[in-house]
Amino acid sequence: MADISLSGAHHHVDGIQASYMAQVQRRRLYGGLALLIFVVLMASGFNVADDRNAGGFWDGLHQIGDYPADVLSEAWEKRADLPALIAKYFPALVETINIAAVSTLIGAIGGLFLSLLGTRGLAKWPRLIPLFRRISDIMRAVPEIVIALVLIFVLGGGPVPAMIAIAIHTAGALAKMFSEVSENTDLKAVEGLASTGATWSQRMLLGVLPQVAPNYVSYTLLRFEINIRASAILGFVGAGGLGYELRNAMAWGPGRFDEAAAIFILLFGTIVFFDQVSSRYRNRLTEGQGQ
Amino acid sequence: MTTIDLDATKFEAEKLFQCKRLIGFGIPAVIAVYFVYIFFAFDLPGLAGRANMENAVTLASDSWSHKVHVTRDNRSGDVTYAVEGERKGIYPEGQRPDWVRGDEVITIDLGGDIIVRYLPDNRTEIEIPGFQLIEAQAEGRTVTTNLPDDLPDWISASDRRVGITTAEGRITLTGARTEVFNYFPGWELFWFTLDSPYYGQSLAKILFGDQIDPARGNIKGAASDWWNNAMWRHKDVAWAIGETILMAFLGTMGAAIIALPLGFLAAKRFSPLMLVRAATRRLFDFVRGVDALIWTVVLARAFGPGPLTGALAILITDTGTFGKIFSEALENVDQKQIEGVASTGAKPLQRYRFGVMPQIVPVLLAQILYFLESNTRSATIIGAITGGGIGLMLTQAIQTQKDWEEVAYYIVLIIAMVMFMDWFSGWLRGKLIGRKT
Repeated sequence: MADISLSGAHHHVDGIQASYMAQVQRRRLYGGLALLIFVVLMASGFNVADDRNAGGFWDGLHQIGDYPADVLSEAWEKRADLPALIAKYFPALVETINIAAVSTLIGAIGGLFLSLLGTRGLAKWPRLIPLFRRISDIMRAVPEIVIALVLIFVLGGGPVPAMIAIAIHTAGALAKMFSEVSENTDLKAVEGLASTGATWSQRMLLGVLPQVAPNYVSYTLLRFEINIRASAILGFVGAGGLGYELRNAMAWGPGRFDEAAAIFILLFGTIVFFDQVSSRYRNRLTEGQGQ
Repeated sequence: MTTIDLDATKFEAEKLFQCKRLIGFGIPAVIAVYFVYIFFAFDLPGLAGRANMENAVTLASDSWSHKVHVTRDNRSGDVTYAVEGERKGIYPEGQRPDWVRGDEVITIDLGGDIIVRYLPDNRTEIEIPGFQLIEAQAEGRTVTTNLPDDLPDWISASDRRVGITTAEGRITLTGARTEVFNYFPGWELFWFTLDSPYYGQSLAKILFGDQIDPARGNIKGAASDWWNNAMWRHKDVAWAIGETILMAFLGTMGAAIIALPLGFLAAKRFSPLMLVRAATRRLFDFVRGVDALIWTVVLARAFGPGPLTGALAILITDTGTFGKIFSEALENVDQKQIEGVASTGAKPLQRYRFGVMPQIVPVLLAQILYFLESNTRSATIIGAITGGGIGLMLTQAIQTQKDWEEVAYYIVLIIAMVMFMDWFSGWLRGKLIGRKT
């Protein structure tokens, strides 16, 4: 009796082992196939990109340092002028930061409403939740440059088109991040407020916002960081600020490389500065959260 | 608890309330003051003067409609019919729209009882209901008309140029040319250009009807004519979108491949040398701080315009971002799992493979896929700067300032592309690491 059951268990274990090995092998096969497909995609993608580029990768690779070297050497020759140039472009930098700040603020306010109106349990009109979600999806999907270019045509160059374009994208992006947070809010506070007869705005302001504020501010700071980069890039297509000055300085070519260098320094310094500041505050805001 | 204690606590609480109240009013007040400052710094009052509402109207109406030009060259007397006035949209010899009649006298019916007649000797007659019959004569460089001095605001007239704008279409007369623009809703020639035999044929006829072009099968011929449509350039557009996605894909994946080993070097747990750690982290900060804009500018000098430059710019910037994220993920790895693997006698490489990788792969994949979507958007923008992909086509279409229907088409395509990548990366994430609940 004991003998039979033992040998039965033995068979059983063998069967398990065999099926386990088969599974492992299948997994390895799939993994290997996925890796192969990935490598083929990367290699062929690289070749296509290389073909369609004006200059080849291998020809360009050793020239990669030429332009920075030219800029740096010219800037070094004229290093005495550099502080004056930095002072000259400082207003443009302020404009770039202003574009980022205003669009982040407007976008955060818009994103706040979109997220509250699109979250189950919090929405003022529960039936319209899908509508507000779609709106924020579309706002998020529009690259800033699309709106900026169209608005530059209508409103003329300057900071306003960039501001509107970034604000629209920011509202959509923040709405998604915000609603991920607000989905996890404790509804008891809201219910408690509702039992006292509080209106929707009072419930949101007093019941939801205090719970989500640290995360919201943290996401907004992260977005501000991203928007500084976006506002510099949009300047390059004519929306004012540092990017616009960079394009002009570059159009002059050699002889004006010191100006380009001054702008590079300002942009680099600003991005690193806000990066550090915002990551420090974000860490402080979310400390002890989610544990 | 004594009275003094209570008083002190109450005092403390009141102070806290006051402080909170101050913050509660202070933050909105600061934001409001900042908005006022921006209002003047961005010169919003002057914006109305700079804004060009005419541009806005053209943009809004042209993006969903098209116009057909009927142009008479007043020197040769030739009349041409062209969609959007483009060479690619000219009606072939002997064909013309059905709202144009006559040979000696060409009668153009704009609809709404507005009729324009091209008479011989460069004379033109325009009938508009509720207005007098307008007669015009082009001679050399001038146009003489019978228009009164007191004109309604939809007519502008000088002796060089007369412009009439109606709800049905526009008419402009100069010495050299007489032009009528007739507006229609929809994107004309989107499927086939006028020189294609499939133009104006119904879908059912192409699919199931008799062979239209004797040389080619219907479906094959129609597909090829649509693909090579000279007006809408479907082939170029598809390539451009492919280039943009390629830039995002190569940039994101390349950055992830480079950042993974560097992430180990920057993580405290795996890289005992402080110097190496600090150097790697500063490298990450540097490439991130330089930003995609400057990388694009620098790389475009070395590699020229094209998708490769954009891909490399994304790759370099994201190496910094990924490196930072990966090293943070590696710092938070659970030691127990590594110890467990080590207790079986695993060598360091095996410890990494079976103790560390399974913990961080979900985090890494989630980040990579999120960046793939966000980089599709960046690639559109970088393409506009460096010259590649759909971003370039969009900027070019906007710069010509007349192909607004193409601009609208590209915008729709870009949004669809980004939403597709968003959906795709979410789907892939669900497949690879399971949906988060």
